[in-house]
Amino acid sequence: MFDTIMAALGEAFHLIISGNHEVYSIVWRSLGVSGLATLLACLWGIPIAIALGLYSFPGKKLLMSLSNAFLGIPTVALGLLLFLLWSQSGPLGFMSLLYTPIGIAIGQSILITPILVSFTSSALNSTDVEMSDLAKTLGASTFQTNFAIIREALWAILLAVTASFSRAFAELGVAMMVGGNIRNVTRVLTTFIALETAKGEIAFSLALGIILMAIILSITLLLNYCRRE
Amino acid sequence: MSLKLQLNNVSKRYGNTKAIDSISFDAEGNNIIALLGVNGSGKTTLLRTIAGLERADEGSLSINNEELGLPELRKIATLVFQRTVMFSRSVYDNLAFGLRIRGLEKEKIAGEVSKALEAVGLRDLDRRKAKKTSGGEQQRIALARAFLLNPKILLLDEPTANLDVSSAKIVEEIIKNRRTKDCVIILATHNLHQAKRLADEIFHIHEGRILERATPAEFFTNPRNENTKRFINGELQF
Amino acid sequence: MAKPQNQRLIVSTTTSLYETGLLDVLETEFEKKHSSIDVAFLSQGTGLAIQTAMRGDADMILVHDPARELKFLQDGYGVNRKVIAYNFFVIVGPKEDPVGINGLSPVQALTKIKGAGKNGSVEWVSRGDDSGTHTKEKRLWTAGGFSVSDLREKSWYLEAGQGMTATLKLTDEKLAYTLCDLGSYLNNYKKGNIQLEVLVEEGEDTLNVYSAIANNPKHFDLSGTSFNASIRFLDFLISEETQEILADFGNEEFDSPLFNPYIPLLASGSNPEMLQWIQELAYFDGTECPQECRYQEGDLYR
Repeated sequence: MFDTIMAALGEAFHLIISGNHEVYSIVWRSLGVSGLATLLACLWGIPIAIALGLYSFPGKKLLMSLSNAFLGIPTVALGLLLFLLWSQSGPLGFMSLLYTPIGIAIGQSILITPILVSFTSSALNSTDVEMSDLAKTLGASTFQTNFAIIREALWAILLAVTASFSRAFAELGVAMMVGGNIRNVTRVLTTFIALETAKGEIAFSLALGIILMAIILSITLLLNYCRRE
Repeated sequence: MSLKLQLNNVSKRYGNTKAIDSISFDAEGNNIIALLGVNGSGKTTLLRTIAGLERADEGSLSINNEELGLPELRKIATLVFQRTVMFSRSVYDNLAFGLRIRGLEKEKIAGEVSKALEAVGLRDLDRRKAKKTSGGEQQRIALARAFLLNPKILLLDEPTANLDVSSAKIVEEIIKNRRTKDCVIILATHNLHQAKRLADEIFHIHEGRILERATPAEFFTNPRNENTKRFINGELQF
Repeated sequence: MAKPQNQRLIVSTTTSLYETGLLDVLETEFEKKHSSIDVAFLSQGTGLAIQTAMRGDADMILVHDPARELKFLQDGYGVNRKVIAYNFFVIVGPKEDPVGINGLSPVQALTKIKGAGKNGSVEWVSRGDDSGTHTKEKRLWTAGGFSVSDLREKSWYLEAGQGMTATLKLTDEKLAYTLCDLGSYLNNYKKGNIQLEVLVEEGEDTLNVYSAIANNPKHFDLSGTSFNASIRFLDFLISEETQEILADFGNEEFDSPLFNPYIPLLASGSNPEMLQWIQELAYFDGTECPQECRYQEGDLYR
């Protein structure tokens, strides 16, 4: 056990400095796909979160419960659903999204939307009361008040975005079912790890896992560093 | 003519309890009014209602005989909270917030901010993160942030409650110097000595009503209301 | 029902075998006869299946990759290898067969697919996961004189890196061609998962031989293995009854058997050509298990 982990650490280090072409291209693809997924999720997730966090409207409770319920959606189930929808024999087969990186990104963006919405709206909610009173008493309109709150919650929102990205980056189900793990096309870090594990390349898989964790950790640390600055 | 604030039978309920109950009074500019009362007597709710942060369930507020709604109130009344709240930005940005909202030009804002900081003795603090300053400094920043908006109604909720004696003294001086004919200052406190030192008039608030309204001299020497007497003697508990 | 004092026998095996459902049938039959043994199957790629056994996390393997089986034996991890059954890999593709490989030999078919792939008119899907099926596919390309490492750089050569069912679905969606064991193909075809048709059928090149190997209890890392249970299971696999089950499996559901039992073929000598093919592919120096890789083999090799 210990030997395997040491071997994996060595392998990970070797992969990083030797510039292994395949590993690097897979890492870049993973970053691109999950980055796009995060961008897409922000596009609709942040407005929903702002609505949930700062406004009252009918159906708000229901929407929040839904969003919380989908926090733990099994990635394979979502992947399977999208597979059936996007299959040539499925209702959305004409979109040609199956086995494409864009398809994975869309699937992951759906997967992480509840996380983004929940984290962001609760960040806005917890900033709300005192800050909003302060902004109002200094003369801000409702819109200006909300803008101030969003600005105030910016780091918490960025943290929510980062957490969402990490979830997308580290998920396997959607990438495998929708992407199909096709080499040089849709193979991302997690599906690569699954494959190498299935092949019995334990140390190599673990090394890839270490790289995955290192990337997520670096992004989180970078965010924390920027925040302090 | 100095400014005139009028409250007419203003009530505010939370659920079934009346936090403030049919309060009416007039106040003029160039006056400092101290609201005295035990915790939970309704001082803070009254301040928040005047500030336009709470909508009164009944009654009306007017300035110079003109009845005002919440948005108008917020433009002319500013409340300094008991627990100071700072935006997680620089001291300068905290002060500039209200001016930016009012659409002032950059150079004008810079001038006003440095004047306001000067007035509270914090000239060198403008680049610091507001949340990294001390409690006393934050209280002064909060005052400066309110002052530079030149509010017609300046509302202060326990402005020295969390401060040590020397900081409290500085803050009291600042408040005293702020008295102008275009501004009514209303401050809530449970510190009888502070009320005596600062106020031109003292209201004793009890269970959401004004029990006693008098000058400090009268208030402490010759209170008419029995409850007020007991309050001054420290017998009224929350 | 499993009783706590029961002995546990873990068999690590390949996905293609597991996905057919055959192993569930075997498990039921075996446990009927040996109520004190619980059999559990780990469905993994051949590579991982062997690794699992080497780590002592399984007691025996049931796989289809003779070269790696030999290595497993020679490295001292396995004993008492028995060839159990065989069937054939098939090349499947769209019903319309745009490349026109129907009826060709496997190597001819691959050559034609490569030509069409170059023109961008069709794609080939490889398992790409170092499974027994993948090994076979690479051998077929090599037999045709093509370099697999060159092929991997071609855009028409897709590597799925997944199990057989996922690879078949990918092939189906892409209207592409792939190599598949007959069992997995029929299983998915009958379930309506895929519309692909078998275009290249059995031949010497596409022979697929399944063998079972017990963990070697004398190996330092494997001393905890359930060796007695493994031997029982090996005995069970080569028994007349089990070989009949093998021969029948799939007849009902797929109108065609998925496996051919090896023991009757060996005993009857009725099909010397087939026997020769199998022994060329899956025997080592004329034996299914070298003498030095046998241990308390009892009647296994009679």
